[in-house]
Amino acid sequence: MTAEIRAWDTDVMPDGTGLPPGSGTAAQGAEIYRRKCAACHGKTGTEGPFDRLAGREPRQAFPFGRDPRLVKTVGNYWPYATTLYDYLNRAMPLTAPGSLKPDEIYALVAFLLWRNEIVADTAVMDAQTLPRVFMPARDRFVLDNRRGGAEVR
Amino acid sequence: MQDAPLSRRVLLTSVASALGVHALHKAGLAQAPGQPRVPTVPPDPTKVPGAPLSELGRRSPFERPRRIAIGGAQGSSFAPLQDLCGIVTPADLHFERHHAGVPAIDPHRYKLLIHGMVERPTVFDLADLRRFPSVSHLYFLECSGNGGVSYGGARPDLSPQAIDGLTSTSEWTGVPLATLFREVGVKTGAKWLLAEGEDAAVMARSIPVDKAWDDALIAYGQNGEAVRPEQGYPVRLVLPGWEGNANVKWLRRIELADKPFMTREETSKYTDPLADGTARMFSFAMDAKSIITFPAYPVILPDRGWWEISGIAWSGRGRISRVDVSTDAGRRWAPADLQAPVLPKCHTRFRYLWNWDGTETTILSRAVDETGYVQPTLDQLRKARGVGTYYHFNHIREWRVRKDGAVMFGGEG
Repeated sequence: MTAEIRAWDTDVMPDGTGLPPGSGTAAQGAEIYRRKCAACHGKTGTEGPFDRLAGREPRQAFPFGRDPRLVKTVGNYWPYATTLYDYLNRAMPLTAPGSLKPDEIYALVAFLLWRNEIVADTAVMDAQTLPRVFMPARDRFVLDNRRGGAEVR
Repeated sequence: MQDAPLSRRVLLTSVASALGVHALHKAGLAQAPGQPRVPTVPPDPTKVPGAPLSELGRRSPFERPRRIAIGGAQGSSFAPLQDLCGIVTPADLHFERHHAGVPAIDPHRYKLLIHGMVERPTVFDLADLRRFPSVSHLYFLECSGNGGVSYGGARPDLSPQAIDGLTSTSEWTGVPLATLFREVGVKTGAKWLLAEGEDAAVMARSIPVDKAWDDALIAYGQNGEAVRPEQGYPVRLVLPGWEGNANVKWLRRIELADKPFMTREETSKYTDPLADGTARMFSFAMDAKSIITFPAYPVILPDRGWWEISGIAWSGRGRISRVDVSTDAGRRWAPADLQAPVLPKCHTRFRYLWNWDGTETTILSRAVDETGYVQPTLDQLRKARGVGTYYHFNHIREWRVRKDGAVMFGGEG
């Protein structure tokens, strides 16, 4: 039972629960990104063809609800840095999901956070540092307040 | 042609001009080269013996309803709403939305793990799940992105399928998640559960525990047979009335916790930016909605006179209590007939007899649910949410009926 749970229980929570041992830096991540991610997300994380990953604009506000042309990125929309680890571990790269080792994932996360000007290029991402990264969009999210009834929300 | 108002040729001609022949072939709506144009049948079926019994039924070769698939293994396929009657969606036409394709899962090796804040972490196999007392309910499932094309960038040449085909209704059979929760002994501090799939995206969503105690279902049956692979075979989560993505398919793991997990699908996706500079998260319930599926593009009404306007309405918050129809661009509204049974969190078929006088007009439908919520106009929804919002596009759909009988989607864009 314990082994079965451990094999599947890979989720990572915002407080860092579930993060495994390991570490990586943006410099290490850049090389992995070039080999395993750039084909889908572009050389610098902005070119596509799949989801744009990098870009902090617009910095001053959070006008996504007002402007349908804005593109959501890790830097301008994702509220938690731990989600990057969780998601890369689950689902990336598309053609070899679940194949990245913890050191590779930490390095890629460091690279993406650096590309989004959230951490320095020398920052080491690991189980202690990653949950402490404060994402720019962290406080933009609110809970659903729709309740049915006459009001349109 | 003249006496067959909805003939295949009429439909195909108007669809072909809109979509192009290539898209039609992809959608299965056009004849493939070399195939006979019409299926071969005897001139008088009473004069020849019919076909023998068979192990598996097939549709009439004259009927070719097809989903429209956009985006490959990470995309969506839209159910042909205009080809369906009643409220149930045939399982092979149920809409699809996958994040990393359809996994192949051996039911004999299937396991569901429930762990975390529980007294007894437990692995259930399929036989275990089927041994519990089962229930069956008709529920709709709708992708929360459904209708996005009608919120901005709508075109007149959109069919009900192209606009709102990411909704379907099935009879789902399974064991209430509450039963399994009692079996494993969910601890009192547990507030959220993580539901995780066995697809290549290991798709996961955090769900409030209250929903599990309320009406969540661990489903292995769909419309009388095993759940289809595209819908989560062998087992999926069904959260009645809640956005499709949270109804995790190919369910393999449920973890109880005191906080949400903040997965990618509930943070960077499936959150709704609002005009006030925030974004709504965990916006699960699908608000009341309706769409007229006949007459609708690409139908061309051949003459004035009596026509039955028909469509579907649904609400993630309970029963549809009323559907109003307007045949004069929203000036006057009249209640449509609702086909019984009207079930909570399920498609409801509505019908309204209309005597078309041959003039140009706009027809609309407006659903009201048992909470008193009224399906909003596009302007109301944009005012409440902003033009850049995403997901939960439940505003009123309009169809413009031209003098020549052509029916075009009338949403602005």
